[in-house]
Amino acid sequence: MTETEKKQDFTDRIWDFFCSLKLTIILLLLLSVTSIIGTIIPQNSSAAEYIRLYGQSNYELFTRLQFTEMYSSTWFIALLALFCVNLICCSIKHFPRTWKFFKEPARIATPGLLKNSSNKLEISIKESPEVVLDRVKNTLDKNFAKAFRTDADGKIYLFAQKGIYSRLGSYMTHISIIIVMVGAIIGNLFGFKAYVTIPEGGSITHVTTRDGSRNIDLGFEVRCDNFDVKFYPNTRRPMEYASDLVVLRDGIEVYEKRIVVNDPLFFDGIIFYQSSYGPAGDAIITFNVTDNRSGEIREFSAPLNNRVQLPDGFSAIVTDYTDDDRNFGPAMRLHVINPDGARQNPIVVWQNFPEFDVRRGDNFSFAMLGFNQPYFTGLQVAKDPGVNIVWAGCILMIIGPFIAFFMSHKRIWACIEQDGNTTKVQLAGNAHRNQPGFALAFDDLMQKVEIAVKNESPTKEG
Amino acid sequence: MNSGLLFNLTTIAYFSSMVLYIAFIATKSNKVATTATLAALAGFIIQTAALGMRWYESYAILGSEHGRAPLTNLYESVVFFAWSIVGVYLIMELKYFKKHRAVGAFVLPIALFSMLWGQMSLNKSIDPLVPALQSNWLTYHVITCFIGYAGFAIAFGISIMYLLKIGKEEKHQGPDPMGGVLGMFPPTRVLDDINYKAIMIGFPMLTLGIITGAAWAYYAWGTYWSWDPKETWSLIVWFIYAAFLHARFTRGWAGRKAAWLSIFGFGATVFCYLGVNLVLSGLHSYGGG
Repeated sequence: MTETEKKQDFTDRIWDFFCSLKLTIILLLLLSVTSIIGTIIPQNSSAAEYIRLYGQSNYELFTRLQFTEMYSSTWFIALLALFCVNLICCSIKHFPRTWKFFKEPARIATPGLLKNSSNKLEISIKESPEVVLDRVKNTLDKNFAKAFRTDADGKIYLFAQKGIYSRLGSYMTHISIIIVMVGAIIGNLFGFKAYVTIPEGGSITHVTTRDGSRNIDLGFEVRCDNFDVKFYPNTRRPMEYASDLVVLRDGIEVYEKRIVVNDPLFFDGIIFYQSSYGPAGDAIITFNVTDNRSGEIREFSAPLNNRVQLPDGFSAIVTDYTDDDRNFGPAMRLHVINPDGARQNPIVVWQNFPEFDVRRGDNFSFAMLGFNQPYFTGLQVAKDPGVNIVWAGCILMIIGPFIAFFMSHKRIWACIEQDGNTTKVQLAGNAHRNQPGFALAFDDLMQKVEIAVKNESPTKEG
Repeated sequence: MNSGLLFNLTTIAYFSSMVLYIAFIATKSNKVATTATLAALAGFIIQTAALGMRWYESYAILGSEHGRAPLTNLYESVVFFAWSIVGVYLIMELKYFKKHRAVGAFVLPIALFSMLWGQMSLNKSIDPLVPALQSNWLTYHVITCFIGYAGFAIAFGISIMYLLKIGKEEKHQGPDPMGGVLGMFPPTRVLDDINYKAIMIGFPMLTLGIITGAAWAYYAWGTYWSWDPKETWSLIVWFIYAAFLHARFTRGWAGRKAAWLSIFGFGATVFCYLGVNLVLSGLHSYGGG
């Protein structure tokens, strides 16, 4: 063996390795087994959390094996890359053979095909070949697909085919995977995922990515005018939460939308998703104070732990509130403060029972009117310029397998020749998938061919 | 009449159907096989009505704005799993293996077990949905995934039959057909073929389920893929069945190994469906159910 032959042999073997279906199966199984790791070991947690869960030495092992962020680890990406290479090589290897069906359809049936096909028909009839040809061709044209005529070796051949595109189903599926991956890579390189909180009335112009690595200038301002949360009756189960967002450019309002979970705001390629919420600072509590000596009623609004001034040097301070006290509804706790600065015992006042506090019989009685809890809204902010490529890949990934599994390339050949003073017609057909289904359709079609060839139909010209 | 009663009737119908399919293997009577199919069909029709009724009941309980398709908690999902299995099975039996109904004896038990579990030990209350689940994507996502799961469940039953039969069939000599219980199983060649067909239904539906889930995640949270354990396990299932589909035309991987892949695939499917929620943590809701 010469040196070049050896080299040839070696590259061939590498090529065969990357083309092999066995490699595909092994890679698919490797991917599935290794993927399990990241579902058991929490991903992207803090070092302290890992050490608490698994101990110091295991944590060091995990970081060395990149198990703590395994889906972006070198070895997992390498597996995915190898999988893509395998996919591409397989497709390159097999495509020329598939392309041949398009470029050089086998229009002339070989004797072997006509003799050995499991779907075949032979008829002999005392008519001229041209008459028989017309009858067969018309039947095929009408009931199957347009038939092409080829004359060779003194015989007339017909060829008709349907569903040749179904041979591309598996290529479409394979390409779709590559397209999805390209979209994902573009999204990772040129997009970002961030989280931001905006208190009611506040606004932001920058967001920090979820991994904390980048602070991104949005190029516009987003203000949250209002946040609402509704609960299912008599529960703490949120029914809906919504933020009224306004987009401003150079201080001018350019777009506004009320976003809820499952209905985000799109602006300039950046999307804002309603994700969470929470209380922003203390509530402002509103209540009435009646001076029982003069009968004068005054209304106060004050944040928690802020003193309000009452007549004669007295003052009051609300120290706590709740939106539901033991099923009696909203309530607040307050102290009256004497002119000398001493706090009196706490008083609880329920919003739903405004007459209650009068019974205490003190100089001042209180009635709670309500409270306003300011919220912040929690938003996921994302930009993904690759997402439409991913969707395109996904659509192909749905169509591809459907074509590959449920459609087939069906071909029918006919050979017509003079045989003494009769004409012999031989027909054969095959499908590259779903043979039983094709066999039924073929038999049905052959009945029609036979009727046409023998001219048995009474409506046809005699 | 309420949906609970109809679901109980469904369970009885599936139980009868399973017994009849087993009786068919023992008696070889085609009449028994036909009755088994009819019992399964009756159960399926009753269950369809029951699902509709539960849907309707959700409007009565939660108010006209908050009714939803019965696909949202563990109970509703196992019931829907049974419905999908029997539905896909009946279509496949009619289309692909009318002459080999013994398969029912290995599929109906899965549906029955699912119904029994739901009816006997799961919380059946109709609760309001958290905002994250209030989306039309929920319906598309769940239906496509479960038809996929159903295809895999059927393939699992068929693969068990294949492995039970193949050893005996290889040893079997002579032109006479095999006798006994295994003789009532379809030939392994047929089992191999319908195993493939069941996965041919399951795989594209799972693909569609993953894609609808990704689309929903994108419109609700901003990422179509976040390697959440449920997502990852659905991908694991997808990898295994992709391997199965390629194994069939790879020398050394067809036959027994393909049947084992189908069984492992269903194991992974069950873990993806239940294990992730009951054992691991994640976004999917019925974990606490």
